[in-house]
Amino acid sequence: MTLTEPVKDPVAAAADEPDRRPEAKPKDNRAWLLVLPVVVCVTFTALIPLMTVVNYSVQDIFSPSDRIFVGLEWFRSVTRDPEVRGAFLRTLLFSAQVLLIEIPLGVAIAVAMPRRGWTVSAALVVVALPLLIPWNVVGTIWQIFARGDIGLGGWAINQVPGVDFNYTLDSTDAWITVLVMDVWHWTPLVALLAYAALRSIPEPYFQAAQIDGASAWATFRRIQLPRLRGVLTIAILLRFMDSFMIYTEPFVVTGGGPGNATSFLSVLLSKIAVGQFDLGPAGAFSLLYFLIVQIVSYVFFTVLTRSGR
Amino acid sequence: MALTLDGVCVRRRGEVWLDGIDLELPSGMTTLLGPMTAGKTTLMRVAAGLLPPDSGRVVVNGRDVTGLSVRRRSVAFVYQQFVNYPSLTVHENIASPLRLDRSFPKRDVDRRVREVAELMGIAELLGRRPAELSGGQQQRTAIARALARPVDLLLLDEPLANLDFKLREQLRSDLKSMFRQSPGLVLYATSDPAEALAFAAPAVVLGEGRVLETGEVAALYAHPPTLAVAAALSDPPLNLLPGTVREGRVEVLGASFPAPRAHASGRDVVLAVRPHHVSIDPAGDGALEFPAEVRLAEVTGSVTFVHLLLPGDRHLVAQLDGPRAFTPGDRATAYVDPAHAFLFDESGGRLLAESAAEVDLHG
Repeated sequence: MTLTEPVKDPVAAAADEPDRRPEAKPKDNRAWLLVLPVVVCVTFTALIPLMTVVNYSVQDIFSPSDRIFVGLEWFRSVTRDPEVRGAFLRTLLFSAQVLLIEIPLGVAIAVAMPRRGWTVSAALVVVALPLLIPWNVVGTIWQIFARGDIGLGGWAINQVPGVDFNYTLDSTDAWITVLVMDVWHWTPLVALLAYAALRSIPEPYFQAAQIDGASAWATFRRIQLPRLRGVLTIAILLRFMDSFMIYTEPFVVTGGGPGNATSFLSVLLSKIAVGQFDLGPAGAFSLLYFLIVQIVSYVFFTVLTRSGR
Repeated sequence: MALTLDGVCVRRRGEVWLDGIDLELPSGMTTLLGPMTAGKTTLMRVAAGLLPPDSGRVVVNGRDVTGLSVRRRSVAFVYQQFVNYPSLTVHENIASPLRLDRSFPKRDVDRRVREVAELMGIAELLGRRPAELSGGQQQRTAIARALARPVDLLLLDEPLANLDFKLREQLRSDLKSMFRQSPGLVLYATSDPAEALAFAAPAVVLGEGRVLETGEVAALYAHPPTLAVAAALSDPPLNLLPGTVREGRVEVLGASFPAPRAHASGRDVVLAVRPHHVSIDPAGDGALEFPAEVRLAEVTGSVTFVHLLLPGDRHLVAQLDGPRAFTPGDRATAYVDPAHAFLFDESGGRLLAESAAEVDLHG
């Protein structure tokens, strides 16, 4: 026996034995009582409302006393509705663009932010500012900012010769306005998450890279990026879910227009549910919407965490 | 290969980190010994070119490299933390400094990586990533990375401090033989006197940003010229007892012994004694006797540390052989042989008398 092999004490080993058998572990069902408050709370605030929506989605409701069961009819009609399909593709495109812009931009900002000195607090305040503004106020700010006549941003763009920027009339202009607004509003979140992760990298890693003679890009790829994997998974999930369910800002700025140009799933859903009061189709729509967000998030999460191993 | 530091000063936020370091280091290994915040890491970072000194010069082989970027110098650095590229395998980690070194032939990279991995005993781990390694294996990888490229200056900043005891012993003896073959200059920082003694290399003792002493570590251990050097070379810490010279005798807490040399009467001195030279069993003639009360006993297995309270609220720690049983509050007598103690000037800490004619290294 070599010295490096642990010497097993027979007495200690025998004493360890019973603990390894799972049935020896004491079971106490009273532990479930600890979970009960959460179960009650979730049931009251989430499960019952959700079941109400499920109930709506399989009925045609004329009045509270006059309703008929229609089975999966609403699901069929909602999935075939060209307006819903258009909104779905539009929302998907919007989320994709948001992720493609905000994630790299946020990481770039985080890398460029100072690591020490008084400039750290200054940079943090400036970057975090958009996150502190309420969502509907963000919408109002951009509604005015992007206007060609009195808005600073819209007016400035229109000073470029040959450009006629008007988000109330032009679909592309409206789309760009909403997209830029989201980038302005939410890139700081990605930047702050990434910055926190970057700050946790000990200085010797950068020195070691410097000693090796590694370039700035190699340092980023080999030292910073691996550290960012965890927070970027969260950032991508958050930004996907949030942008896929975006409602307040486009509602305030464009109201879904011009035409259907910025009519995302949520805008359309609220039009059907609150505007037209079609509770059956709106219920089916909501459940499908809910499922899509769940499934896409699950796929994202699985793919992102699996590639990390 | 020779490294010269000439009046190097580093100040940060009103604090002096390095205060006029003058050093000349030859090829081979040098140990940098000092307690925490002595300036070991700062000195190494200046030597590597990672930190520009506020004043002073760094000269390598007669060439002033003070302003030269670390990228253009031939250095390797091993940190106390295990620093490896997390997304690269062990093989790629060791290869990375070789690949980035334009003068190193590309076709030799793989051979060299295997050679160094063999040397560090991690050859079978080359395909793994750092997260899949134990602490000792991670540090072996980091050391292999530093050894792979032949460099002028190899710097190791307490590389074994974060490892457990057994690994530390093993890796230390591996390193010792490795450094002996290394062509360049090896600077090894440690706060552990036992480690410095084990390497048996020339030592530079640092304290509060200054060079306290240079010399062979065993000689410094046996004859520390100042109290600060004696403290840096003592682990467990030195016991310090205040005393006064009176009519040719040194009086310490009621006991006295003949002063080794003629000193002015009334002079304040400090008697410094290592814990393993304090006994509670009657020692030979001439030992100072102090009545004491046991406050605490720590048994580590091979030795027992007894914390004693002497008259005048003075604390004294005795290191005794083997496990021994004590109860707090026990009365005991502490014996200190002045022949094994050091006598320092109270103010400056200069050595007034050497401990003993016969140097006791093994204690």
